[in-house]
Amino acid sequence: MTNGNLPRLSLHVPEPPYRPGAQVDFATLKVPPAGMQPRPDETCSAVDTHPLCLDMVRVLGEDHRAHGPWDPGLDAATLIRMLRLMALTRAFDARMVRAQRQGKTSFYMKSTGEEATAVATAMALAEDDMVFPSYRQQGLFIARGYPLVEMVNQIFSNRADKLKGRQLPIMYSAREQSIFSISGNLATQYPQAVGWAMASAIKGDSRIASAFLGEGSSAEGDFHSALTFAAVYNAPVVFNLVNNQWAISSFSGFAGGERTTFAARAIGYGIAGLRIDGNDPLAVFAAVRWAADRARANAGPTLIEHFTYRAEGHSTSDDPGQYRSAAEGTQWPLGDPIDRLMRHLIAIGAWDAGRQAAMDAEVDAQVRAAVRAAEANGTLGHGLHHPFRTMFEDVFETLPWHLVEQSRQAIHERHVKWPEWSDDADVGEGR
Amino acid sequence: MSDPAPSARRMSMIEAINDALDVMMARDCAVIVMGEDVGYFGGVFRATAGLQKKYGKTRVFDTPISECGIIGVAVGMGAYGLRPVPEIQFADYIYPGLDQLVSEAARLRYRSAGEFTAPMTVRTPFGGGIFGGQTHSQSPEALFTHVAGLKTVVPSTPYDAKGLLIAAIEDNDPVIFFEPKRLYNGPFNGHYDEPAIPWARHPDSLVPAGHYRVPLGQARIVRAGEAVTVLAYGTMVHVAREVAERQGIDAEVIDLRTLVPLDITTIEASVNKTGKCLIVHEATRTGGFGAELSALVQERCFHALEAPIERVTGFDTPYPHSLEWAYFPGPVRIGEAFARLIAA
Repeated sequence: MTNGNLPRLSLHVPEPPYRPGAQVDFATLKVPPAGMQPRPDETCSAVDTHPLCLDMVRVLGEDHRAHGPWDPGLDAATLIRMLRLMALTRAFDARMVRAQRQGKTSFYMKSTGEEATAVATAMALAEDDMVFPSYRQQGLFIARGYPLVEMVNQIFSNRADKLKGRQLPIMYSAREQSIFSISGNLATQYPQAVGWAMASAIKGDSRIASAFLGEGSSAEGDFHSALTFAAVYNAPVVFNLVNNQWAISSFSGFAGGERTTFAARAIGYGIAGLRIDGNDPLAVFAAVRWAADRARANAGPTLIEHFTYRAEGHSTSDDPGQYRSAAEGTQWPLGDPIDRLMRHLIAIGAWDAGRQAAMDAEVDAQVRAAVRAAEANGTLGHGLHHPFRTMFEDVFETLPWHLVEQSRQAIHERHVKWPEWSDDADVGEGR
Repeated sequence: MSDPAPSARRMSMIEAINDALDVMMARDCAVIVMGEDVGYFGGVFRATAGLQKKYGKTRVFDTPISECGIIGVAVGMGAYGLRPVPEIQFADYIYPGLDQLVSEAARLRYRSAGEFTAPMTVRTPFGGGIFGGQTHSQSPEALFTHVAGLKTVVPSTPYDAKGLLIAAIEDNDPVIFFEPKRLYNGPFNGHYDEPAIPWARHPDSLVPAGHYRVPLGQARIVRAGEAVTVLAYGTMVHVAREVAERQGIDAEVIDLRTLVPLDITTIEASVNKTGKCLIVHEATRTGGFGAELSALVQERCFHALEAPIERVTGFDTPYPHSLEWAYFPGPVRIGEAFARLIAA
């Protein structure tokens, strides 16, 4: 096997630093002080942003104050709205996990710890900018005012589910809110966002596109195709790469994270890149606004790495205790986005513990009301789904003969199993 | 041969495709054309020649060599409201774009319950007979007919190529438009050792000017007959017809034109009349579209059948370069199948 004096080759298989039970030490994680990162002009050469790909843009300091040129200077009312949207997202997540455990749906995915990446991004974009989310951006839907009850209807796959019970829970679609249908296949939305942005540029529109994916999915070919196309056509698109450190049980090292930052991929494509503290809502807002302004000024695409931490399991089907140290989350050096924004608001005298408690109660009540309203439309596996015949609709614009035949067969099978069955009675009145 | 009407002229298939794109770009500013080498150069087969000059670089442009990217951005463009017509330079190269076609374009209408659609027509040259070797000769249509939500179209004449391409571009569902590249410049009849025949001598090279549609989902009876039904598409329509005529077989040759949606009515009527069925395609045999056709005919016309259904196909090997004509389902293979059916 060996050839003379040549050294034996060895394969490096990445291994995360902290497996279950391990003590964690984040001393090697470079977290620069807030406010120290320069903020180039939005229309700068992409190269001027490249040092920031290896740095970390931070605004909120240890003193809970906003620092430096990236401070977006938001007024207290806007900050309170941001806090509330993040708290609402977290309350929604908590309630949906409970609903899943109660058997009202099959599956759910929380965004705990990552709320800023979606909520602050939504607030930084224009409301009609088209967003192509991945599966952990419920905060985006909530921030854009997509009704909670519609989200729960979809999660419960009930008779009011706008998507007719076809999609896995949380794979929403919200055209009215300028949010694209969520796929479930990873990274496919990235080139699609570029295509939308190219179309907007072809038409001389002023709207831009923005896309999300996780650091794990950045290994997909779609990510690289998207960045190539965006670079080639200078497409008006903001790429959000949410580095939450974990892709189910695979740590970021399996996407190349041991070699360089994910933001650094922008350097190779010659597009603007920013690496930001994703648990700092002000940094997220400032970076996305910067990139959106840049895209809108025809100055090109930006890749933003939101450096954050997936504080919970991948989904309700996952137990992270099997593969990573629980101490990672509790000792995460960048803290929690909701807690940090709350402390900031308190530090600037715009907030207090009493108002926080009242807000928490309000968002919880808001979620409970939405769940109650949705439950009236049914839950998964407990009747009240969409009419049976709708299973065959929307495969094509019109039903071809072979689907007509297959739908007849499906209806026939129902009648064999339940002779009294009627498609309309099965789903309740008015559907 | 009669003189062309003033509003029609003789075209090769490649000219007819170019004309369809021209007509649609002029009619609908949402139509854009993109792909590798399609812009200034006009495409490796010249399908897009002159279009960039006429419609500008933001409507006709070259793309990076990334089929995933080409199809992926087309989905996003469709969601915006454009009607992209991407070209995949060879069907053999389409595989990197498969996830975007199969998981995204094909299912977007369904998964979003109609909120978003991906109207696009993916044009791609396919089939062999040009010494393209295993990477420029494949016929992967069965991979696409298997996918719920995709329409699959294969023209066999210049007239149909233009009318079907216009119908495909106007269709609101994603369409894979396979162009038999051996037919671009002439109606190849399978006799590779005889002089090539130009389209100008073929009646279906007379292509009307302007806009017309050949509807998706309608087959065409190319040659009426009583003895045996032939189901074919693309290049094999011409090859099968030639064999029937040289052997003096009264075959009814049906050009399917669209595989999905399939014109089952025309197929059933013909097989019920002739009682015999020959299916011909150039693609590999196992799991080919011929298997689906064979099953449908058996299910629907069993009592009319007087002989086992015959399938003539390419062999289950990669498309060989030097032995191209040994692979190709040519006159000998088809002729023997005809003979078996007639003798039955």
